[in-house]
Amino acid sequence: MTLTLGHFLSLGAMLFALSVVGIFLNRRNLIVLLMAIELMLLAVNTNFVAFSHYLNDLHGQIFVLFIMTVAAAEAAIGLAILVLLFRNKNSISVDELNSLKG
Amino acid sequence: MSVTTGLFYAFSAVLLFAAFRVITARNPVHAALYLVLTFFQAALIWMLLKAEFLSIALVLVYVGAVMVLFLFVVMMMDVNVENLRLGFWKHFPLAALVGVVIALEMAAVLMGGFRIVEDPTVVVTPGTSNTKELGILLFTQYLLPLEVAAAILLVAMIAAIALTLRARKDSKYVSPGDQVRVKSRDRMTVVKMAATQAAPVVTAEADAEKKQ
Repeated sequence: MTLTLGHFLSLGAMLFALSVVGIFLNRRNLIVLLMAIELMLLAVNTNFVAFSHYLNDLHGQIFVLFIMTVAAAEAAIGLAILVLLFRNKNSISVDELNSLKG
Repeated sequence: MSVTTGLFYAFSAVLLFAAFRVITARNPVHAALYLVLTFFQAALIWMLLKAEFLSIALVLVYVGAVMVLFLFVVMMMDVNVENLRLGFWKHFPLAALVGVVIALEMAAVLMGGFRIVEDPTVVVTPGTSNTKELGILLFTQYLLPLEVAAAILLVAMIAAIALTLRARKDSKYVSPGDQVRVKSRDRMTVVKMAATQAAPVVTAEADAEKKQ
């Protein structure tokens, strides 16, 4: 039994589903929410690399590089906002983020 | 079953287990450490797909930089975990159901529809490197996107610093801008006054006070 493209895509799908479950479960915890988003991006990147390998097209790997750039920027800004939130509210619960309500 | 297939299943099993622990770990520090393990396994799987440069970049960028940043932030905060996990297991059955449905449906479609195996006609000639080919593509066809990516990183860096910068109000310092813009008249003021002045009138009372 050789590995097909479907194997890698299925792995990406399972990882993506796991991170969706993670977002479901950790609705209050902002840190784990950020981690789940990183996992989602990893699943997408795995799909890109798998397609790039099996279709012999290097452009997919270039795209992964750019996704990683944006993900790094997103993580940095997200964590900065998290630090700011913790300073002001002394908590990282998403439930506390209601000061913009009405 | 070839060695590659066995390695793929081993890495995938560890990857999925680590990802599951990331989303269910009680302690955020443990979650971050399991996320490191997840990224490492993903890097190994990318290595199986012959994407060496991205594999190493994933380890260096994510494990080396992003996850260390995560760990810093997690350890800096004194988070009350129990409060954040209220109702955690209450939603678990629904979440697990949704996740299993997503995974099974996608796997059913993908395993059936993408039975592509490696193209045997493509032979990697010795001497070609994934890094070199990526670099050639990146610095010719994708030069503008590369510059935009650099600008995005710069913006992210400035934004992160600007968001978390907290200027102390009680620190004493001279503003460099004011120092550069200083003029001589800011340092010394010339006051106009008469060259001669009448001597104060000495009265008898003041004279007597002075003597005492």
